[in-house]
Amino acid sequence: MTRYLLKRILMLIPLMFGITLITFSVIHLAPGEPVEMQMAMNPKVGKEARERLTKFYGLDKPLHEQYFSWVGKLARLDLGRSFSSDGRPVADKIKERLPVTISLNVIALILEFGLAIPIGILAATRRDTWLDKGITVFVFVGFAVPTFWLALLLMYFFGVKLGWLPISGLHTLGSDSWGTLHYLWDMAKHLIMPVMVASFGSLAGLSRYMRSAMLNVISQDYITTARAKGLPERVVIYKHALRNALLPLITLLGFSIPGLIGGSVIFETIYAIPGMGQLFYQGVMSRDYPVVMGILVIGAFLTLLGNMIADICYAFADPRIRHGEV
Amino acid sequence: MNFKHSYFYSIFWPRLKRNNLALAGGAVVLALFAVSLFAPLISPYDPNGINAWKVLSPPSWQHWFGTDELGRDVLSRIMFGARISLKVGFVAVGIAVSIGTVVGLLSGYYRGLVDATLMRFVDIMLCFPAFFLILAVITFLEPSIWYIMMVIGLTGWMGVARLVRAETLSIRGMDYILAARCIGCSNTRIIFRHILPNAISPVLVAATLGVAGAILTESALSFLGIGVQPPTPSWGNILTSGKDYIEFAWWLSLFPGLSILVTVLAYNLLGEGIRDALDPRVKR
Amino acid sequence: MRNATGGSLLLILLCSLLLPACSTSDSPQPSVKRSATSIPVTGDSLVEGTIGEASTLIPILASDASSHAVAGQVYNGLVKYDKNLNITGDLAESYDISPDGLNITFHLRRGVKWHDGAPFTARDVLYTYRVTVDPKTPTAYAEDFKQVNNISAPDDHTVKVVYGIPFAPALASWGMNILPAHLLEGQDITKSPLARQPVGTGPYRFKEWVAGQKIVLEANSEYFEGRPYIDRYIYRIIPDTSTMYMELKAGAIDLMGLTPVQYARQTNNKSFTSLFNKYRFPSSSYLYMGYNLRHPLFGDKRIRQAMTAAINKDELIQGVLFGMGQKAHGPIVPGRWAYNPNVKDIAYNPQHASELLAQAGWKEKNNDGILVKDGKPFQFTILTNQGNQQRLMTAQIIQQRLRQVGIDVKIRVVEWAAFLKEFVNKGNFEVVLLAWSISQDPDMYDIWHSSKTNPGELNFIGYKNPEVDRLLVSGRNTFDIQKRKQAYFRIQDILAEEQPYTFLYVPDALPVVSARIRGVEPAPAGIGYNQIKWYVPKNEQVYVP
Repeated sequence: MTRYLLKRILMLIPLMFGITLITFSVIHLAPGEPVEMQMAMNPKVGKEARERLTKFYGLDKPLHEQYFSWVGKLARLDLGRSFSSDGRPVADKIKERLPVTISLNVIALILEFGLAIPIGILAATRRDTWLDKGITVFVFVGFAVPTFWLALLLMYFFGVKLGWLPISGLHTLGSDSWGTLHYLWDMAKHLIMPVMVASFGSLAGLSRYMRSAMLNVISQDYITTARAKGLPERVVIYKHALRNALLPLITLLGFSIPGLIGGSVIFETIYAIPGMGQLFYQGVMSRDYPVVMGILVIGAFLTLLGNMIADICYAFADPRIRHGEV
Repeated sequence: MNFKHSYFYSIFWPRLKRNNLALAGGAVVLALFAVSLFAPLISPYDPNGINAWKVLSPPSWQHWFGTDELGRDVLSRIMFGARISLKVGFVAVGIAVSIGTVVGLLSGYYRGLVDATLMRFVDIMLCFPAFFLILAVITFLEPSIWYIMMVIGLTGWMGVARLVRAETLSIRGMDYILAARCIGCSNTRIIFRHILPNAISPVLVAATLGVAGAILTESALSFLGIGVQPPTPSWGNILTSGKDYIEFAWWLSLFPGLSILVTVLAYNLLGEGIRDALDPRVKR
Repeated sequence: MRNATGGSLLLILLCSLLLPACSTSDSPQPSVKRSATSIPVTGDSLVEGTIGEASTLIPILASDASSHAVAGQVYNGLVKYDKNLNITGDLAESYDISPDGLNITFHLRRGVKWHDGAPFTARDVLYTYRVTVDPKTPTAYAEDFKQVNNISAPDDHTVKVVYGIPFAPALASWGMNILPAHLLEGQDITKSPLARQPVGTGPYRFKEWVAGQKIVLEANSEYFEGRPYIDRYIYRIIPDTSTMYMELKAGAIDLMGLTPVQYARQTNNKSFTSLFNKYRFPSSSYLYMGYNLRHPLFGDKRIRQAMTAAINKDELIQGVLFGMGQKAHGPIVPGRWAYNPNVKDIAYNPQHASELLAQAGWKEKNNDGILVKDGKPFQFTILTNQGNQQRLMTAQIIQQRLRQVGIDVKIRVVEWAAFLKEFVNKGNFEVVLLAWSISQDPDMYDIWHSSKTNPGELNFIGYKNPEVDRLLVSGRNTFDIQKRKQAYFRIQDILAEEQPYTFLYVPDALPVVSARIRGVEPAPAGIGYNQIKWYVPKNEQVYVP
């Protein structure tokens, strides 16, 4: 077990190295260097911007030196200063937005798994019935509907027409002076729509996975044996099959992080939620290279971490790995 | 080849035929092909014909799906948009599938260092939220349809690579591959003649689902203003232009929204159906 | 909403969100008249929606409308425009101008305090002047102050400004927001914490800025013109326009600019008009298509004239503005004293456009119907900024019209900061679709003078005409209205002939204000001028602590 853990952690090093390499190349991908980019018509301009970039990234130096100096800064968590006119450190900007995105995504993940697992089991046990088909269509509709359209429709019906839910943002103005419970309830109401939208889209992938994992397990011999022993179907499904079908889902947990973070651009923009997705979008649009690089790297590292934790959990849950057989 | 044919008729098709959701999906997909193929013939108006005196008029006999914020016929734009949206889907998936298949084959066939390197690269790519990469690259380059297709493809091949690798690993140990090697077939020949055809079925499923994903990604990019650029109609940018009028010019968002929804749904159901029909583990 | 009257020009980002000073003699029409019979009381908050987040609250460093809007509440200038667009004292209680116009003496208000309690003195004025003209300060607003020969402060409450030659916009240029010297002097202004926590003299003081969510201002109880009735002024950042409109309808936003469609088609029902008051008046801005004159394609006058002839401005106003705007024929908005009503603008005539193009050598067409010369098709890209649906629609209509005469146009939409940084400032564009927000004084030296073509300056299209240069100088260096009129009339004639821009239209400003807010009295200056007098009757207050 210890050996497995050690191996897993050592594996992080080349992966982190690769992540920085790809991030670095995204910035250098644009035709010409970022500072030279699209200056065909007037070469002597943009001096100030060029100097700032050149200094921070050492763009006058050979590529490998540039890269290593950037990675060196990264190791000290120095992500540079934003190019926007506030000129704040990128690390600060990310720090103030990270908690929102992470908590939103954790809630969405919980909801997603909480719904997908029972739905998947239901579909598997009632295979090929109308219920199974109905579920299939329902979850795929969730996947197929363009996020921003769904978000706006919900906003219109629940926010404007019915007035049940607040439309955007995280808090009602003036909620700071309310009691804690009231404050939290207000925030929860603001989160209902974004979380629903964020998780509805991913329901399909997860529940279908759950369904096929379940079907797969049910067709195994030991389930047939269990049934043959005369165990009630409920016990067979929930005691024997479910535990084994759930295992691979842990790995999926890690993999759904990048999808959620990627999707956050859309719903954070629509719901005016000040998270990483919004920041990244603004950074990209205003060519704020330090912000873009910072978020790419931090986002990828977090995903990596998530994957590792999922893998380790898996290792603990799977007796074959736990006992060092693999 | 003979074997394949008999497999198709004896197992695959009967199985798929029993799955009416998949059949419905397939029918929609076919209908869409027809629409996009014949768009110039069947569309009632020029999709870019602006009429400033007729903006946002509701559905009528002249304009079945109403007109948009520039007085253009929404139905015609959706028909032409079908071409663009499908093109984005297919080219992007084509790129993703080609890269994924080659990487998966190499990785699974040669194993060892090649496998380790390629798979670590896959792991790394999977750490990035693909949408972030797409957003950054397209904005830094230029939001043209070619870049959009390319970048969606370049960020979407990893799943295919893993699938093909797994298939390849299991196939390469089989007797007929050993036999091929014994009679002196080259690696290239083995990979492409003997392994690829047998590893292709999961790719088919992934490709079907990928087309759906690419259409959705394009619409998300359009919402952010960096999708297919005007005046070229795509479902994504028609829907985006309709989002400001959701309550009173509902036709401008409803029809493109439904087009995306139904198409993506159809591809998914079809893809699922193919997967089930191909799955040897599933006993009937 | 109190626009910075300082810099003579402000690049405007989202004309729909600004509530610019109105310019013409037409009196603005509120859609609903409400008599303000009750007695003003304090309390409640006013929430304004804004698409972009402010970038910096040091106004001389900002180039975006969101920043200027917030800064306008926090700071004051020495002078301002009143409701009838006459210049009046602000931080200056009064001012004397010497008969030759070369000396202005400002008598500053006594007892004015910065929000941190420090007294406001002449030192602050001197500092603001110096930091603005300092070449190390990255500001777009230095030009007017560069005309100053000498500035001095005989005592704490007097500032004397001396000009070398007559400078017509001199007085108006002191509408520039005055910065606190005691917090900034001797520091690098680009690194000052004031960018996030401004300290001004204005009606509202800064309370908090929650990144990406809101900026909260609080009534300044010691404001020299009296405490504003409304307790808090809150800017909520809502990046999506559809969301913002829904927030308005749900009552969570009290003030925003409507789009023409919303004004004309979506807000006429009873349920809306009972909750909101809509206003409509010509904005002081015009939309134009600017040609990069350094580009070989656009160096030829005939080509530019052909473009204008190919574009139907009536169609634009109908399709994009629902008729709520007027055609622009030159850089002066109709209705101003400097506006030349006889200017010979090129009328819409595609036939004429084709002839002009043929004269310039573009005769043959390829299979796609695109004009070809020396084997090269006639194509270019119109660049415009993101977040303004009307501009994108305008660009698409233009694209369609130009296509009909055989010109292949692409449209590219770029975010504002990148638009300035990567394209406009670098001269890296072919054609831009942009708007100028213009001041009351017709001086437009910054936009048209040949000395203003350097990177980052406002004549980014590279327009150079010796006669216009001369006229610009004579127009600003006299106080004689007749002489000025002559100069600006001639400039309009020349620009109409040369078409360095195709001047498109002057849109109407379409602000909407929650009906619970009373005291809004539209005037030639728009609605924002008396904002400290706005109030909410006690029984209608929403945000009660």
